Amino acid sequence: MSYPIRKFDAVIVGAGGAGLRAALQLSEAGCKVAVLSKVFPTRSHTVAAQGGVGAALANMGEDSWHWHMYDTVKGSDWLGDQDAIEFMCREAPKSVIELEHFGMPFDRNDNGSVYQRPFGGHMQNFGAGPPSQRSCCAADRTGHAMLHTLYQRNVRSNTHFFVEWMALDLIRDESGQAIGVTAMEMETGEVVIFHSKAVLFATGGAGRVYASSTNAFINTGDGLGIVSRAGIPLEDMEFWQFHPTGVSGAGVLITEGVRGEGGYLLNKDGERFMERYAPNAKDLASRDVVARAMATEIKDGRGCGDESDHVLLKLDHLGEDLIESKLPGIREIAKKFANVDPVKDPIPVVPTCHYMMGGIPTNYRGEVVAPNGDDKEAIVPGLFAAGECACASVHGANRLGTNSLTDLLVFGKSSGNSTVEFLKQNVTHKDLPRDAGELTRERLERLNNQTNGESVAEVGAALRQTMQKNCGVFRFPDLLVNGVAEIQEVEQRVMRTEIGDKSKVFNTARIEALELDNLIEVAMASLVSAEARKESRGAHDRADYAERDDQNWLKHSLWFKEENRLDYKPVHMDPLTAETIEPKVRTY
Amino acid sequence: MNEMDRLRWSCRRGLLELDLVLQKFIKEDYPLLDGKQKETFSRLLGLPDNDLLDLAMGRADTTDEAFGELVQLMRK
Repeated sequence: MSYPIRKFDAVIVGAGGAGLRAALQLSEAGCKVAVLSKVFPTRSHTVAAQGGVGAALANMGEDSWHWHMYDTVKGSDWLGDQDAIEFMCREAPKSVIELEHFGMPFDRNDNGSVYQRPFGGHMQNFGAGPPSQRSCCAADRTGHAMLHTLYQRNVRSNTHFFVEWMALDLIRDESGQAIGVTAMEMETGEVVIFHSKAVLFATGGAGRVYASSTNAFINTGDGLGIVSRAGIPLEDMEFWQFHPTGVSGAGVLITEGVRGEGGYLLNKDGERFMERYAPNAKDLASRDVVARAMATEIKDGRGCGDESDHVLLKLDHLGEDLIESKLPGIREIAKKFANVDPVKDPIPVVPTCHYMMGGIPTNYRGEVVAPNGDDKEAIVPGLFAAGECACASVHGANRLGTNSLTDLLVFGKSSGNSTVEFLKQNVTHKDLPRDAGELTRERLERLNNQTNGESVAEVGAALRQTMQKNCGVFRFPDLLVNGVAEIQEVEQRVMRTEIGDKSKVFNTARIEALELDNLIEVAMASLVSAEARKESRGAHDRADYAERDDQNWLKHSLWFKEENRLDYKPVHMDPLTAETIEPKVRTY
Repeated sequence: MNEMDRLRWSCRRGLLELDLVLQKFIKEDYPLLDGKQKETFSRLLGLPDNDLLDLAMGRADTTDEAFGELVQLMRK
């Protein structure tokens, strides 16, 4: 019995900022496009973006996309592809103005132009300064406003939304061309083949691979799992951005302002350990120094709690009045998510995963690229990706603040345009292979028939703890080696997950088991890539190789699920029109 | 069971904080609600993520009395 088939010109998986922006290009070009989303589009994780969109509009003073480009290349620790970065920074102002014309309620200056706020790492004059005000925002709801604006615009253009549908596997024909996906409607549990001429992934991040993550529960890396099962590698998966202080076990961020106001960190012995790592700055040392110190304390057994897996952030000495007046909201957050009142007790905190720099390899046009023979970047026909799930690569080894929204706007549009062009050249649907949907059927049957299997919740927790412990913000060689072994054990358990409820209708247990199939690919890719990269660069910070090593490691990692192997490809050092920004030591 | 699953999925949101608040609510408070309150909860889930979180965190108030009752439970 084969699955029912629905035909579209293109299918887009994911309806956050990137998916909606891409869908708009397709719908407005008259293409018949299906957008699949696990949740209602305006409840995508883009809603969490507060900071704004980085774009050199120069509304607040002198600015230039060349300066934005410099800041992005430097932020990436020179791992970003300079052609893609030039493209993003050059297109960013146009993308913002376009969004403004769509009705996005940006904050304004008195003269009516879009207001831009300052943000860390954004400078004038090629990093020399002074700081540049480059971030376009809508109060602290930029992501929310963007989703609503783009969703409404898509409704106007008759984009077909399939809400509460989960994509499961990619369908490629014999030539490797992407010609559809299988997807499950949660409401009924029915699986359908979406037969298309092109497929675009915009499934966002996968921060749920870590025990402590700021990512919403839906961020399970579905697009990454799907393409890796279909033979496509994942790029630069060792690079994850962390925030030093998230509530342990919850992931909700505690602002660095707490330490600015005099809060400090304690280990299990009650020692103010930052005095040892940074005798002068102590708890006000830079983010990476604090995160490194926290990770070292935990690794050396001086963490707090039953699992010795966090440290404590003490602020009761500041007094109730100061906490209430200078740190509004912190008391509420601590009470709600850490079950402590910081006026009396310290908050358990841990370095917390925030953003995935790696992803599905693409070029700056949003076309997915993978090695084929001697060509390390052969275009995979019919396959596109944009946003956090994609690796263009503009963030390289570390993302600059505000560039996540810039990324999804610019590459959402460019991948949409590339898809439109592809559809002009490929006007008919290619025949589905005889075994279309077979991988999905095998996976679902395995899950339904599994006996004496493993609990999804327990295996998921083991996966997240393995990542948190062994592949965190500061990386130790023994833990990385250990982590690779541990995650292989977890992988065996993922292959034996069992669900108690076998019903078809709205079975969230099944959905969570299928999400775990995606998380394991992300976790494996991250650990294997991180263990192999013997240098420190951007967010990949190793205790045994403290320096960046351009001679050996100025290259992108590519992890393949098949044989669990790695390959590498060069970084694009040549921009499209600008001059190369040559590597130098990155200091702020 | 499936209705409960559907509701649980409606509590999957774009904001982590809301995921956490709603997960706790579904587990601890929802089973104790009466039929009318359960209907109100479904309606409350229709709010945009930021608005719902602001209510739950006490950063905003609602004029809808029926909502108010549930919001108080979320804030505790």
